[in-house]
Amino acid sequence: MLHTPSPPFAGQYDLAVIGAGVVGCAVARRFALAGAKVVVIEKGADILSGASKANSAILHTGFDAPPGSLELELVKAGRAEYLAIRESLGLPLVETGALVCAWNAAEADKLDAIAAQGRANGIEELRLLSGAEARATMPGLAERLVAAIEVAGEHIIDPWTAPLAYLTQAVALGAHLLRDAELIEGRFDGDWTLTTSTGTLRAAAVVNAAGLYGDVVDARLGFEPDFEIRPRKGQFVVLDKAAFAHLPRIVLPVPTEITKGVVVCPTAFGNVLIGPTAEEQEDRTRATVETGALEALLARGAEIVPALAGIPVTAVYAGLRPATESKAYRVIARADRRAITLGGIRSTGLSAALGLAGHALRLHEGFGLPATAPATPPTLCLPNLTETRERDWQRPDHGEIVCHCELVTRREIEATFDSPVPPGDFGGLRRRTRAGMGRCQGFYCNARLAEMTKGRLKEPLAVGEREE
Amino acid sequence: MNAPFESTSADVIVVGGGPAGVAAAMELRRRGIARVLLLDREPELGGATRHCAHSPFGMREFSRVYLGAAYGRRLAAEATRAGVELRTGYSVVRLESGGRLEVASPAGVGTLSARRILIATGARETPRSARLIPGDRPLGIVTTGTLQSYVAFHGLMPFRRPLIVGSELVSQSALFTCLTHGARPVAMIEPGPHALARAPFAWFPRLMGVPFHVGADITDIRGAARVEEVTIRLADGSPRTLACDGVLLTGRFTPESALFRQSTLGVDPGSAGPAIDQDGRSQDPLVFAGGNLLRAVETGGWAFREGRAVGRALAEDLARGSEANAPTPVDFETPIKLVVPSLLRAGANAAPAFPDFQLRMARAASGRLSLEIDGREVWARAGTWWPERRILVPIPPGATRAGSVRFRFREGQ
Ligand SMILES: Cc1cc2nc3c(=O)[nH]c(=O)nc-3n(C[C@H](O)[C@H](O)[C@H](O)COP(=O)(O)OP(=O)(O)OC[C@H]3O[C@@H](n4cnc5c(N)ncnc54)[C@H](O)[C@@H]3O)c2cc1C
Ligand SMILES: Cc1cc2nc3c(=O)[nH]c(=O)nc-3n(C[C@H](O)[C@H](O)[C@H](O)COP(=O)(O)OP(=O)(O)OC[C@H]3O[C@@H](n4cnc5c(N)ncnc54)[C@H](O)[C@@H]3O)c2cc1C
Repeated sequence: MLHTPSPPFAGQYDLAVIGAGVVGCAVARRFALAGAKVVVIEKGADILSGASKANSAILHTGFDAPPGSLELELVKAGRAEYLAIRESLGLPLVETGALVCAWNAAEADKLDAIAAQGRANGIEELRLLSGAEARATMPGLAERLVAAIEVAGEHIIDPWTAPLAYLTQAVALGAHLLRDAELIEGRFDGDWTLTTSTGTLRAAAVVNAAGLYGDVVDARLGFEPDFEIRPRKGQFVVLDKAAFAHLPRIVLPVPTEITKGVVVCPTAFGNVLIGPTAEEQEDRTRATVETGALEALLARGAEIVPALAGIPVTAVYAGLRPATESKAYRVIARADRRAITLGGIRSTGLSAALGLAGHALRLHEGFGLPATAPATPPTLCLPNLTETRERDWQRPDHGEIVCHCELVTRREIEATFDSPVPPGDFGGLRRRTRAGMGRCQGFYCNARLAEMTKGRLKEPLAVGEREE
Repeated sequence: MNAPFESTSADVIVVGGGPAGVAAAMELRRRGIARVLLLDREPELGGATRHCAHSPFGMREFSRVYLGAAYGRRLAAEATRAGVELRTGYSVVRLESGGRLEVASPAGVGTLSARRILIATGARETPRSARLIPGDRPLGIVTTGTLQSYVAFHGLMPFRRPLIVGSELVSQSALFTCLTHGARPVAMIEPGPHALARAPFAWFPRLMGVPFHVGADITDIRGAARVEEVTIRLADGSPRTLACDGVLLTGRFTPESALFRQSTLGVDPGSAGPAIDQDGRSQDPLVFAGGNLLRAVETGGWAFREGRAVGRALAEDLARGSEANAPTPVDFETPIKLVVPSLLRAGANAAPAFPDFQLRMARAASGRLSLEIDGREVWARAGTWWPERRILVPIPPGATRAGSVRFRFREGQ
């Protein structure tokens, strides 16, 4: 079956969510659980086409969030809900903990204030450590470490399966996902008429979760935009799995005003990543990598954990943060138009998504719409892709191993195309299965994947048949 | 069909059914080793040669010229005839100590053990990511190995108008594959100052009507879903933007040494393959290695002969009992990139599997290359040395008992 957008629904939706990033997926789930008939409008060929496909995958505690902010409240709420539901969705949690590392006296001087802020933010599991104490918990750290704060609750998750699980639950409750559907215009006449690139639909309320296009979508809905997106690029390098043994914990730098800084971080898949950079740019679509920046990241990683020097690079990527002119989340509810904007979810959206969704539902309750009957959460278990649990290749009758580096089986690839939210493009297939994500980046499996996915992705891997 | 796991252990398990692994397994059988098990994760034997629907394989070993896939079938037939037990679809996922391997198969996961293990998992090309190439990351950026499997196994093409990067021997075969299967490369570039392959290479692409630029680098790749254009910087610093629908990365082979990298044995920083001694024995005396895994990359025929030699040394080792003497590392100076073997062990094998040190340079260099054993110069030669070309230096008799072995390089002498 060639990937086509789902047919439009004839009736009126209770809620239209614009954007299937992690925030939009979480919102769709929350409203579907509340009994609403939900539609998700996504302009990409697959979900997670924007900021959400390329982050650091840290489930933050909020220890360094601005005190008293909405961001802090929603990061904590989102994290708590993730921890509460993750078992029932089969989602992983790698309990790494983090060290905020001071590499010189000036940085060390800032640690007390950071710890005090963390405690004021309600994060009790903080410990100030000397350089030697910190190195005892992670011997790979460079000897010049001066001091550190241990934040036991900072953890690693699978950044792609989590939003997929949220949306899959929503779809199981009857939500519709429209892909390749860009919101062009919205008109409010007591209800919303939304014009997309693939058709028009009606909804009682809208949530703008358009990430990097939050301001644009607000304008298209007829609002005077309250903020302006200023994309901030973050580049990363991912190191071979051989690096994982040297990095049991997340290593955070002492943050500056502008950025949380370069993190050295294990991934749930058994790699190590170094990044992100923080680069302001105008362009909202291009997230390029640059040789010089990648080299600098590699050098930085080896400075922090010397054993990383010489470990080969598996992947490189870049993401754009939906930053605005202000640090704060730009959450706006317009009761008279039944619209909620979840904008400027800059650098903590993975952690806060479920919290943002709960917040949006509360704002929506103020719109005076008739109540719907809450639904029972459907149980589902998404395939595990992390090294911390059993993988499909470890079970018999998986057919064959298609991707050797990441040990992805034929059964897993076939199952994802039969799932409620099948991949729409190759990136989506990679994020759902890890096929082609390993150290060879497709040397061994790309051609086989081209054949297996023929006719199933919007943009095929092969351009056609060979000619003699 | 593959048999499921059996509890009995083999004498030798060979991992990798390319030319090196098959040659080693046959040699072991020929020397009377009873139970030799050959594992490969692919459905067929032949390794990297299977993709190559063009080149002359098998002249030396079978006195006949085969195309890649047929060569793989010949290897399978010969191995079966020699009494090697073949298991395809078996993927070794972990190399453990004590001659044990964790293996995944369609029937599930299990541990296999043997008196000795021989690893010959070959090499692959460096992908775009590890080359830190800038730009967007759309479809259409592949290596020669990938292109050849599109063509050879699936009758597909990943692009029609690629930019080709590289000038090794394999780059020539990449260009040839494009031209013979309906793709028209827009240009070929080599980041280094010279073509890496020997002389005729420089004019081959131009003869085919494909512009060839040395000293040129990619500065940007643009494309939403698929590559749309690539900007290169030419040797004189001027930029040029080429409309194209793919990037074909050729060469820059690297050993497929994940099993070693993820074990306690690690890899040699120069070769990126396992450190081995003159018999192909690794730091773990129960584990041997051979073929392109040692030092990417050589030809199929070379891998076959090397596999056979390591198989012979391993058979002698089995007959005599393991050689567990502490090895002496082989040191070297820049711009030498690698030396194989990088260990020497005092041993009783009459003739070592590797009669020569194999050296490569990281860059082109003129100067005097010399070998010192226990501080005494035993070999020297002056000249101009090219990157990625094999340099052979005989391992002097007695070197295996030396306390220090060192290659030196004096630039400009
Ligand atoms: C480098 C980096 C590192 C990060 N690290 C972390 C971390 O470790 N932990 C953490 O919690 N957070 C992290 N984040 C933040 C997190 O990734 C973001 O906050 C989050 O992804 C924002 O999600 P979103 O759903 O708001 O936006 P997006 O993911 O951008 O989703 C918006 C969606 O809307 C779609 N869309 C846009 N316009 C339209 C339209 N007109 N019609 C239809 N659809 C439209 C887009 O295609 C997109 O899919 C990081 C972010 C970056 C960039
Ligand atoms: C694109 C390309 C073009 C080439 N062109 C030529 C040419 O024109 N002429 C020429 O002489 N040579 C050519 N070669 C080189 C030639 O193919 C190699 O020299 C030869 O195949 C190397 O043999 P090998 O046995 O060392 O490794 P390989 O042939 O690479 O075999 C390694 C085997 O190990 C298996 N394996 C790897 N890891 C595992 C694991 N964990 N568990 C189980 N099995 C595993 C693989 O499936 C593979 O079958 C080319 C190579 C490539 C990639």
